[in-house]
Amino acid sequence: MANRKIHVKVNGTPMEAEVEPRLLLVHCIRDTFQLTGTHIGCDTSHCGACTVLLDGKPIKSCTFFAIQADGRSITTVEGLEQNGTLHPVQEGFCQEHGLQCGFCTPGMMLTAAAFLKENPKPTEQSIRRAISGNLCRCTGYVNIVKAIQYAAAKLAAGG
Amino acid sequence: MIPPGFEYYAPTSVHEATALLKQHGAEAKILSGGMSLIPLMKLRLAAPRHIIDINRIPELAYIKEADGFLKIGALTRESDLERSELIRSKYPILTDTASTIADPLVRNMATVAGNLAHGDPANDHPATMLALGAQVVAVGPKGERRIPVSSFFTGILSTALNPDELLTEILIPIPPAGSGGAYIKMERKVGDFATAAVAAQLTIGAGGICERAGIGLTNAGPTPIKAEKAEGVLRGKKIDDEAIRQAAQLASEASDPKSDLRGSAEYKRDLVRVLTARVIRRALERARNGR
Repeated sequence: MANRKIHVKVNGTPMEAEVEPRLLLVHCIRDTFQLTGTHIGCDTSHCGACTVLLDGKPIKSCTFFAIQADGRSITTVEGLEQNGTLHPVQEGFCQEHGLQCGFCTPGMMLTAAAFLKENPKPTEQSIRRAISGNLCRCTGYVNIVKAIQYAAAKLAAGG
Repeated sequence: MIPPGFEYYAPTSVHEATALLKQHGAEAKILSGGMSLIPLMKLRLAAPRHIIDINRIPELAYIKEADGFLKIGALTRESDLERSELIRSKYPILTDTASTIADPLVRNMATVAGNLAHGDPANDHPATMLALGAQVVAVGPKGERRIPVSSFFTGILSTALNPDELLTEILIPIPPAGSGGAYIKMERKVGDFATAAVAAQLTIGAGGICERAGIGLTNAGPTPIKAEKAEGVLRGKKIDDEAIRQAAQLASEASDPKSDLRGSAEYKRDLVRVLTARVIRRALERARNGR
């Protein structure tokens, strides 16, 4: 069970870590890289609080070994903001009151950001489907959908 | 939850992967999407000493038609299947199935082959592959062999794969003209396993006669179930309301569900009856529309 060195690009920055193969990516991100925006919710791959983007695709980092990420790119919620400017999805969550307790928010925003990249003109139904793997236990879905629609409109208008 | 420790290998070819399997056999587990294996390890229901990660074998990721088959490589993700235009236009039964598995994030990792190799009767592809008459390709030290899906599931979480074999490909016979299929799943919420689900694949020939019928049941017994009597009652005739009623009844009788938090056995058996009738109608409609 020897430790292995992994090289990962996190939010554009090359990082490395010595990991035990069984280390889950979410623990590597939170404890090793000290990026605590990624949350641990259910720890059973149901809730999506631990969502990160792996090479641009949303995955649940509680159900993925850090060693699997070797040589790949990870985006966490800390990587959404660019040069001091909020991502349109983040702005949407502020403007439309898309969060209450905030626990699901990082995962929700990453899923939304990846979804809007592939679906620039989403319907409400397709947004709801896209976030169906991210649970909000405040049940704030109405405003979360509005926040994503806000971001879609902003992105369509050129960001 | 921290899974138990293991040795990790990341082969870059099928040959390398099977050599590792030969070396470690029963003490090794293949990691593809990991969406069933990693939760099992976290719950300590599985504790493999060796993990062979096949995610770095890109040659295993494909969806293509060749030699009379639709071929799905072992690393094809559910999200790849769900988004494939070929699948959507010619094999909507597979789009139906993939899009009901777990949730969109899980589908970005989960693989079609893993859904079969895990051998869970609650998984969705087994029923669909039974209806489609699929085979799987297993590669081991003695070479390659094909296993019909109808003899692949040998018990709860058990399959006909030997410990030193890797499932590399799924082969689905390209359906003849006049074929159509569908999958209908009843789930309590996104991400849950099916309370029950039914797959149907039909081929309607000249004069509206049903030439081929495949019906598979999800989460309706200790293994995925091929409802052969229900298939038999559809074959060789025009499928009318009475034939659908009989097939639905026979599928229900072929099911052997257990009572659990998703419902009583009696309820689930009746659900199989209702879903079978619905899915046959949808498959018929698609067969008439040429898919």
